[in-house]
Amino acid sequence: MSAARPSMTRRVLKVHLVVVYAFLYVPIAVLVLLSFNRAGLPTVWTGFSLDWYVKLASAGPILSAAKNSIIVAVGATLISTILGTMLAFGLERGRPSGLLEASLVAPMIIPDIVMAIALLTFYTMLQATLGLFTIIIAHAVFNIAFVAAVVRARLKNFDFSLIEASADLGAGPIRTFVRVVLPQILPGVVAAGLLAFTLSFDEFIIAYFTAGPGSASTTLPMQIYAMIRFGVTPEINALATVVLAVSVFALIVAQRLEPRAVR
Amino acid sequence: MSANTLLAAEKVEKRFSGVVAVDGIDLAIAENEFFALLGPSGCGKTTLLRMIAGFETPTAGHLTLDGKDITTVPPNRRPVNLMFQSYALFPHMSVEANVAYGLEAEGRPRDEIRRRVGEVLELTVLGELAKRRPHELSGGQRQRVALARALVKKPRLLLLDEPLSALDRRLREQMQLELKRMRHEVGITFVVVTHDQEEALVMADRIAVLDRGRIAQLGSPRDLYDRPENRFTARFLGQMNFLEGRLGPDGLTVDGLGLVRGVRPAGATDATSIGCAAFRPERVEIGDVATAGNSLSGTVEAIAYHGNSQSLIVRLDGAGGTRIAVSRSSTAADVRPVASGEAVRLTVPPEHVRLLAGGPDTSAAASAEADAH
Amino acid sequence: MTSPRLSRTILMAPGLGWLALFLLVPCLLVFFNAFYERGIYGGVDYDAFTTENFARLIDPLYVEVFLGSARIALITTVLAVLIGYPAAYAITLASPGAQTRLLILAMLPFWTNYLIRTYAWMVLLNRTGLINAGLIDAGVITEPLPLLYNEFAVILGLVYSYVPFVILAAYASLARLDRSLIEASADLGASGARTFLKVVLPLTLPGVAAGSVFVFVLSIGNFITPDLLGGGHVQMLGNLIYDQFLTARDWPFGAALSMLLIAVMMVLLFTQAVVVHRASARSGGRA
Repeated sequence: MSAARPSMTRRVLKVHLVVVYAFLYVPIAVLVLLSFNRAGLPTVWTGFSLDWYVKLASAGPILSAAKNSIIVAVGATLISTILGTMLAFGLERGRPSGLLEASLVAPMIIPDIVMAIALLTFYTMLQATLGLFTIIIAHAVFNIAFVAAVVRARLKNFDFSLIEASADLGAGPIRTFVRVVLPQILPGVVAAGLLAFTLSFDEFIIAYFTAGPGSASTTLPMQIYAMIRFGVTPEINALATVVLAVSVFALIVAQRLEPRAVR
Repeated sequence: MSANTLLAAEKVEKRFSGVVAVDGIDLAIAENEFFALLGPSGCGKTTLLRMIAGFETPTAGHLTLDGKDITTVPPNRRPVNLMFQSYALFPHMSVEANVAYGLEAEGRPRDEIRRRVGEVLELTVLGELAKRRPHELSGGQRQRVALARALVKKPRLLLLDEPLSALDRRLREQMQLELKRMRHEVGITFVVVTHDQEEALVMADRIAVLDRGRIAQLGSPRDLYDRPENRFTARFLGQMNFLEGRLGPDGLTVDGLGLVRGVRPAGATDATSIGCAAFRPERVEIGDVATAGNSLSGTVEAIAYHGNSQSLIVRLDGAGGTRIAVSRSSTAADVRPVASGEAVRLTVPPEHVRLLAGGPDTSAAASAEADAH
Repeated sequence: MTSPRLSRTILMAPGLGWLALFLLVPCLLVFFNAFYERGIYGGVDYDAFTTENFARLIDPLYVEVFLGSARIALITTVLAVLIGYPAAYAITLASPGAQTRLLILAMLPFWTNYLIRTYAWMVLLNRTGLINAGLIDAGVITEPLPLLYNEFAVILGLVYSYVPFVILAAYASLARLDRSLIEASADLGASGARTFLKVVLPLTLPGVAAGSVFVFVLSIGNFITPDLLGGGHVQMLGNLIYDQFLTARDWPFGAALSMLLIAVMMVLLFTQAVVVHRASARSGGRA
């Protein structure tokens, strides 16, 4: 390459990258900052305050929605981590067909709105009572596929002859799983579980369609949606900051455990 | 089946979705033996090993150990242990914990485990590395941990899958003798699977040469090397010269050479057929020496010096210009110097010529494999 | 352990069963529902088979919404690629360690709550928001600009949401690119720009194209962003589906609309795959 040109191009690209990151992070940063502004107004900084968070902590609907979200996310995470990990093992032990591979991609690429209305239709046909339970089932669908994908990536480096070695040395399936398999894959499984948790915790569309009427099974994203349709308020800023913090925390831990998972 | 047979295979067969990997093998391995299953990749040796270990179930036939049928016994309930080709050491456990694993699975008392682990680590010269993790060890050390982990269980039979393939040449030669020593010390029957004929020749008491799921020949290293019964064995072990021709009652008739005399394998019946004369490069003598020898003539095409020996490539005057290899000591006092391009006379004693039936193309795959080594 | 096929089946059955029961069956149900009339009180009347729902898709009213949302989705996709691709390229120029960190930084917003990311723009764009307030304070304008509740805001919100996705897709392609090809091109005397246009772009475009298809489909089927940032003035295919199920309660027609969305996705993915396959067959290389 010529000497002058790439450095010019590189400089332009670097500036572009900085601008893109600013574009990605400034809106979020403003939101977080405003949640600590005493007046809650965007124009004037009237001093640091946690008032809006205190207000949040005493808002009944928000707390109950948060509780629902945690129940849903924990439930969906448990189901999907177990089934997804098993699925990943089964897949890596053989040669999955193209159809099988496609059926695992489908839950991740199908538009949320379609999955939402499909499940609503299905539940209605079964005359199932809509509630947290139906949301958990729905969230487990995309999370199973997701966990399977993350754990599979981990299993690519797993030496399956370790399982045979363990059996050869006289260990039964349970001892083999606990002593040999689990220690090897645990970081990947936990990372996948954390990511599944955030996906479920933040998911709105499918929950919105499968939660049923009434506020008993309102999740946090549904609560946020209801609030932001009426406009911008300092309470939402605080709530949004808390929700962001939960996701970012889970993501950072997951990233530490399994560097490839977040991508 | 003799009295001290430890493992017996009876018509053992394994098919993978129709493809035959092991094609009805009969085998008896004696107690306290160092046995080798030798063959090129795809000959079925690994499948046979995995059936003995219990990771594969035969499609047909039976396996017995100490006279008990173990054909369908799962691997964790067989008194048989396998040393994996990849070693399969548990990466998250120390050397000590790896070795103790099998005894813990048996539910042995803590004291016994500690004592036996200590003993086997001493035997394999790993005592100082007990606290290390596998990734902190060299290839040779890992190999010894894998061995220790299997030996500590005191199996009736220890299977070794290409035990030395991951080591470099020098270490491999050293470990061949080490394995022999350790086997002798612990008194456990070893069955090693290998594609390396030299490894099998050095280590094993008896070798089964496998070709496409069948046993081509079974015998002591000397039997196989000096008295191959078929082309496959002749070609697979060591270097061999072949002259093609027609077998008759008196010997092999070769175009332009006349009759080549030699020894037919015991039990060979086919009176006349296409066949070959096979002889080792080191059995060829330069000049007219033996009076009763097969006499050949040719031109030296190339000479290679190997330090203690010297090898020549000679293009024969008859036999369609077949090239043969001649190997001779380079240190003996009576070695007559030979130059490239020189015409030489060669003598091959008939007792060192094997006359084998069959055409040259029957083991094309094997020759390709043998050439690679 | 002794029967690998059996243990494989046991391992995969629960997960695959879950996906079959709660994804495949519901989707098939939607497909079938599209061929029946709506019930009198909502729901589906299974006694009345009809293809009317599909005929309604070409009603000018819906064609207009479809084309309008396709236009918005297309603009979004083009902008997201124009922003994301050079960003991904810039990331590949950093040191390997920095690349990982930059990539994670780009993906982090993508993993956070979609509603909140959209809401963040409401904070910035509304009449008393930071941008309007800042411009008025600076004396540039006297009246607040109508930044929110229009097509501009919707496109901005969509681009914002999907740029990380494009960065990831483009980065994956660029990282796979054999560096020696760039060096070979330079060695043969090509300028940086020529190398980029003739070597880098053709080899990385397939990956970006696949990413673009998803950006397009996610945009056209969106209903949150048009709802929150468009304020009801912008209708996407996603809003239409939403309305059929939760407002108009015409489930069969909603089902037909959903099938249309899936069909759009399939056709685009298929086209992309065919084009990539042709291109790689022509160049003899791997895409």
